[in-house]
Amino acid sequence: MAKVVYEKSRGLTDVPLTYCPGCSHGIVHKLIAESLVELDVLDKSIAVAPVGCSVLAYEFFNCDGIQAAHGRAPAVACGIKRTNPDKIVFTYQGDGDLASIGTAEIIHAAHRGDNFTVIFINNAIYGMTGGQMAPTTLIGQKTSTSPYGRKEESAGRPLLVSEMMAQIPNAAYIERVSVHDIAHLNKAKKAVKKAFQTQIDNKGFSMVEVLATCPIGWNLPPVEATQWVVENLMPYYPLGVYKDVGGAQ
Amino acid sequence: MKVLMKGNDAISEAAIQAGCKAFFGYPITPQNEIPEYFSRRMEESGGVFIQAESEVGAINMVYGAAAAGVRTMTTSSSPGIALKQEGISFAAGADLPCVIVNVARCGPGLGGILPAQSDYFQATRGGGHGDYYTPTFAPSTVQECWDMVFHAFDIADKYRTPTMILIEGMLGQMMEPLEMTKRPPIKVDKSWCVDGNAGKRPRNTITSLSLYAEVLEEMNFARFRKYEEIKKHETMVENNVKDGDKVAIVAYGTPSRIVINAIEELKNDGIQAGLIRPITVWPFPYDVFQSLPASVEHILVAELSMGQMVEDVRLGVNGKYPVHFYGRTGGVIFEPKEISQKVREILKPARELPPARVEMGRGEV
Ligand SMILES: Cc1ncc(C[n+]2csc(CCOP(=O)(O)OP(=O)(O)O)c2C)c(N)n1
Ligand code: SF4
Repeated sequence: MAKVVYEKSRGLTDVPLTYCPGCSHGIVHKLIAESLVELDVLDKSIAVAPVGCSVLAYEFFNCDGIQAAHGRAPAVACGIKRTNPDKIVFTYQGDGDLASIGTAEIIHAAHRGDNFTVIFINNAIYGMTGGQMAPTTLIGQKTSTSPYGRKEESAGRPLLVSEMMAQIPNAAYIERVSVHDIAHLNKAKKAVKKAFQTQIDNKGFSMVEVLATCPIGWNLPPVEATQWVVENLMPYYPLGVYKDVGGAQ
Repeated sequence: MKVLMKGNDAISEAAIQAGCKAFFGYPITPQNEIPEYFSRRMEESGGVFIQAESEVGAINMVYGAAAAGVRTMTTSSSPGIALKQEGISFAAGADLPCVIVNVARCGPGLGGILPAQSDYFQATRGGGHGDYYTPTFAPSTVQECWDMVFHAFDIADKYRTPTMILIEGMLGQMMEPLEMTKRPPIKVDKSWCVDGNAGKRPRNTITSLSLYAEVLEEMNFARFRKYEEIKKHETMVENNVKDGDKVAIVAYGTPSRIVINAIEELKNDGIQAGLIRPITVWPFPYDVFQSLPASVEHILVAELSMGQMVEDVRLGVNGKYPVHFYGRTGGVIFEPKEISQKVREILKPARELPPARVEMGRGEV
């Protein structure tokens, strides 16, 4: 009899993903789904989807799900978690959603020490609306609203979200990861699991920032997009644990 | 037994007694007593109180708590309600029950902290983007504030819609005797909620999104069928126009009480007028204007605004009577004698009268 070597996680529904080839969103969905199953919390989880390419995430995770207004997912998650403290709540947000329109909501969720988990997809661009500049877009990076490359004089330097969030006293766990190869993928999975464990242990706000590809927005084929993460994103956005109240750095 | 209570406190305590389990707010005058009250009482009653980072945060927390199936409320005043509009539109689009209170002040912009009724359009026309309405209750006494909170939660639950209570700052600040009558919440099925129980039932999802035009259109049609039911069953109006009254004066909220005094004053002079007081401003009681006594010759609308409800009155009157308007704005509150003077003006050719003290807002429509 054939041996099952790989199965789609029970943490995902059968709804076909809507992401482009080579996009990191699908990979990160898988890490979340597997983590929820392995931690045995899938059935008591509630996913909060953002506005962005992952707007339909509430259809993809095999648990309760809700769609939030652009940037407001952390406030929605706060309302759900505070009224259901024994359930597992997470937001899934892009960098336009979290680092631009939703800065107030994300900072104050951490500030209050809200006990939910945030998965933050940093692909240095607005994917859904057609590749505009994000707060995370690199200096010199060309986008549809920075056609000559992002200029520091007018747009500032890209926002270092994990570093910023780690400064907030009640943030419990903050890590930045990448999913560009298997070794990093495994590390990313550990981080996602750790973040959910932080929530399960009632330690407070947890966030994992994932450096992600957007081949369409970057105008690069998938393989080159993956390389672009290593050569351009990783040097500016150092990977690592920025805050961990539960353990050593 | 009656107690003496401020409108803002009455709204807060009524909400808790109506089963509100989560309150999210942000400081703004003249509603600060409400979050302050909740911050004390939620601790005692085991509910959730959060002072949000902004009104935007607060309404989205309400969106989350409502989605999770609990009775939830947020309160604010005019500029704060403007900020909540995106969230109210999302709650309407996702059919989530919740209560929003606007203790209104004068505008536009920062305006001032004095009472006004200039948020009528905002409250009755949806306010945010998209096709939707928010059932809106406009109490005129502290007692009615109390009763309306229970009602607003029930209507929200019954029809799965955000509802609004719209009062002017003075009612929030005013102390009046109050009978704290309690009514049990209506029983509704909330098996649709996202409270993380997917193990025990099929998973639930809540969204206002549909990428298919026909599907979204059907969702909107369904919501408007619900609105038709609300119009049919939930429209509330107090109609005190009697046979012999020549003028029907339309006013809502606390200003309607000033109108009552004006009507008394006119009666002493042998002029008969009666009050029509919409209690729901959406749905608006349009029909009331089609069955008035034969003696009625004029309609006067009195508002603390430059004239907003007057547009609904004209729709209801539909050309049957001349519709006149009297309004004060910017936080100025009209006195009974201004209203009675306006009625005299309407009934007699204006040149026979000394000019009214207030020229502003006298335009006829
Ligand atoms: C209030 C509001 N403003 C703007 C938009 C348009 N919009 C949709 S998605 C998006 C940005 C998405 O970018 P990001 O969060 O980086 O996610 P990605 O698509 O890259 O995954 C914007 C601005 C909106 N839906 N709502
Ligand atoms: S546009 Fe970019 S972020 Fe969006 S699905 Fe495509 S590759 Fe992914």
